[in-house]
Amino acid sequence: MPPAAPSPPYVFAGFTVPRVMFQVLLALAPVLAVLVYLHGPMPLALLVVAALTALACEALALRLRGRAAKPALRDGSVLVTAALLALAVPPGLPWWLLAFGTAVAVLLAKHAYGGLGQNPFNPAMVGYAVLLVSFPLEMTLWPAPGAGWDAITGATALDTLRTGLRESYTMQEILAGPAFGRVGASGGEWVNLAALAGGLYLLARRVIRWHIPVAVLVGLAVPAALAHLLDPGAHSGAAFHLASGAAMLGAFFIATDPVSAATSDRGRLVFGAGIGLLTWIIRSWGGFPDGVAFAVLLMNLAVPLIDRYTVPRIHGEPR
Amino acid sequence: MSDGTLLPALGLAAGLAALLGAALGLVASRLRTDADSLVERIDALLPQTQCAQCRYPGCRPYAAAIASGEADIDRCPPGGEATVRALAELLGRMPRPVDPQYGPTRPPLVARIDEDRCIGCALCLPACPVDAIVGAPRFMHTVIEMQCTGCELCLPPCPVDCIGMVPLAAVAPAGPAASEAA
Amino acid sequence: MSRPAVMRGGLRLEACKTRPFEQPLHVLPAPAIAILALDQGSGEAATPLVQPGDTVRVGTRIAAGGGAAADLHSPVSGAVRELARLAVPGGVGDCVVIESDGRDDREPGLGTCDWRSLTAEALLERIAAAGIAGLGGAAFPTAAKLALARSAGVDWLVLNGAECEPWICCDDALMRQRAKDVVLGAQIMLAACGAARCTIAVEDDKPAAIAALEAALAAAPAAGLELLTLPAVFPLGAEALLIAAVTGREVPRGGLPPDIGVVCQNVGTAAAVSSCVRDGMPLVSRIVTVTGSGVRQPANVEACIGTPVAALIAACGGRVDASISLIAGGSLTGRALAGDAVPLTKGLNCVLVATGDDLSPRSPELPCIRCGDCAVACPVGLLPQQLHVAARADDRSGQDRFGLDACIECGCCDYVCPSAIPLTARFRAARTRRHLHEQERRRAADARVRFERHQRRLAEQAEAERRAFDAARSHARGQDPGES
Repeated sequence: MPPAAPSPPYVFAGFTVPRVMFQVLLALAPVLAVLVYLHGPMPLALLVVAALTALACEALALRLRGRAAKPALRDGSVLVTAALLALAVPPGLPWWLLAFGTAVAVLLAKHAYGGLGQNPFNPAMVGYAVLLVSFPLEMTLWPAPGAGWDAITGATALDTLRTGLRESYTMQEILAGPAFGRVGASGGEWVNLAALAGGLYLLARRVIRWHIPVAVLVGLAVPAALAHLLDPGAHSGAAFHLASGAAMLGAFFIATDPVSAATSDRGRLVFGAGIGLLTWIIRSWGGFPDGVAFAVLLMNLAVPLIDRYTVPRIHGEPR
Repeated sequence: MSDGTLLPALGLAAGLAALLGAALGLVASRLRTDADSLVERIDALLPQTQCAQCRYPGCRPYAAAIASGEADIDRCPPGGEATVRALAELLGRMPRPVDPQYGPTRPPLVARIDEDRCIGCALCLPACPVDAIVGAPRFMHTVIEMQCTGCELCLPPCPVDCIGMVPLAAVAPAGPAASEAA
Repeated sequence: MSRPAVMRGGLRLEACKTRPFEQPLHVLPAPAIAILALDQGSGEAATPLVQPGDTVRVGTRIAAGGGAAADLHSPVSGAVRELARLAVPGGVGDCVVIESDGRDDREPGLGTCDWRSLTAEALLERIAAAGIAGLGGAAFPTAAKLALARSAGVDWLVLNGAECEPWICCDDALMRQRAKDVVLGAQIMLAACGAARCTIAVEDDKPAAIAALEAALAAAPAAGLELLTLPAVFPLGAEALLIAAVTGREVPRGGLPPDIGVVCQNVGTAAAVSSCVRDGMPLVSRIVTVTGSGVRQPANVEACIGTPVAALIAACGGRVDASISLIAGGSLTGRALAGDAVPLTKGLNCVLVATGDDLSPRSPELPCIRCGDCAVACPVGLLPQQLHVAARADDRSGQDRFGLDACIECGCCDYVCPSAIPLTARFRAARTRRHLHEQERRRAADARVRFERHQRRLAEQAEAERRAFDAARSHARGQDPGES
């Protein structure tokens, strides 16, 4: 009787795509918990909206493409996209806007290119970027921590930093203002810590490798530290940048989307460093408070070029 | 945009377009591919059956016709879909199925002479474009299967219809050196 | 003596090698019917020298080698029953079936000798006459390999005792029991191939074998021999990777080990060389591991070439259940066997009688998510995710760029892939298609040359006829043939 697999190897490690996706969702739980603690139940509701929309859109797209829906839905990849988008947008965002963003992410950024494994751009970031550019006002309304259901117009740390700098306060004066806690913003730093915890969990479970997260964080921290050293009044330091905005979420969850990242480990170092650097540049001089989304999309564009020059040496080729 | 800036803007855009177009044209003429080498490259992709099913007397004339634009790339049944795809990739065109009016696409075949019926008339010998039939008048003729390209040009001249086509078993090619000795 | 890991990627796998050592090494009696496959695993068949009805003795040469086939000798005395096409490891092949008369008559052989008194050429002749082939699985004629190494001027002989794949432990058993033969074989091979230095490489999960080899080396010290312990990583036992780990030199892509002055042989081959050169008798048996949860008493057995696998399994207590997979080799690179009537060959090193517990079912295939785990696992430094795209698309330049020819089909990429893509099978299929395509291209190039020659011949004939006609016309008009 022939063995179960038609040809060797006959043993496998037991990693599967659904398991990978489930681990990522699990690692996002701390971030969700912190957001709910700070802003009440809205982030959870948004997550549910995004998840349902994502599943519905994926089923629709598969049907239109003539593929079987059940096996593809079961792999859980679209849930990760939905979760990342839901956790990245402000908690006060109207639910139908988030649904729209999710639909764009799943239908346009994923299925228009061929579905799982074929998207050149990070789908969650495409959704986020479309929302940000189309609805800039709603996307920058952040409730103050603890406000719960009452949406008070507040500002994130990066918002405040940007506007404050535009009005020529110094770094020290801005950091002393009410939006800031000890290091980052009150609230923002906790989200980043939770994302860091989830990211370290993923590293320990070998779901992701260290190259992209470390490269993103170094790419963000080094220019920030250098600039802070050269001109402390105009630039905040590495610690601030690492603890604010979507830095940790981006490094461990968003940039590590394997489909749209560079292929080889060496290429991924370049890819991650580029994301970190671009994030810092956009934050310092760009028109948007947080640069992670656009940095990721720009580096997604650069992936074919990076891949071309980072093919590893094959055994037997000259060193 | 006020009237004052419309004309200069239009002029600038038109000027840029003209400049870039001229640059592209210059580069295209300087880097034009050598016509001869294109024929070589097309010929290298053809199966060398020399069967004339494409209505050209051999593979090289067909390659020249493709290079000059006279013939399309879908005329070679022995080459089949693989050859059309390779030609399409070389020339930057869309691949398409082999045009059935030039013959059916079949698996590789070789000619085989039924020795019981062969009368030794030697009419098939000159018909073979690659000299794969050995024999002489009133001696038995036989097809060297390793060298037969399956072009079927030997079938019409045979007065007793003793040549048939059989599927090609996977034979290792002898190579030009062996042909020297043959 | 041990070194840090000098191989990229690879896998640390559960060895599954303890149960066979609960039994001593069984030596099986000669089979009643011996089935000698003309292709003993190298891919090329030897030419039979016997006919049905011929009488043979133990050691009679029944097939002549050449190219990638070694000489083949009868393991039993008796009569040739038939030449038939039967199931063998790897598919179907021509076989010589010999029926034993139970008498064990032996050919006189070449006689014993003191190998030190023989020249290298004489040693190689003895090794060739004994029909020794690579017992690690490749079954390539050892004499031809050593002769090629000698003419290339190699300076380093590496003996492969790594045995990195799960389940296989016949080399471990050999090294434990016959370390002296391995050491002697190394010395003979050094003399035959002209190398000065020999390293016996063993993985560190075989402490008993290492101890036995150390004792054998200490008891009979010889210049140039050393033992090296390597970490137990799959597939460190693959020839090119082992050479890189032991010598630090890499076999160039598309090249062979003698190109860098190294030749690699299996420890089993070395032991066979020592006994066959010393006694002048040909190779007619080998040690093979019979293991898996599906066999009652897994063991290493020494059996005659040509013994049916069913007899090997019976000697180990039989199958637990009839509906169990039979695999030739280990669980990563083994190939399924057609049945238990298949005979033992020189290249068969393990019979894995596997139940569902030993193997994993393959999940349905999902699209590649480009996680890159395959590239991390690949010991040769390929990007299997990119190679997969090129292989499926028959993109030849992509296949060359991403190293389809360098793939050693170890299965590491398959093992880790979360999308359960059958990468190894795809690469193997792409290589076959590529090989057929190259064959077709050579045929076409050949046909083009002949066609051009045909055209030239016709043109020359026409030219000769025209000249003859002109000459005849001039002659008829009474003019001098030289004038026009």
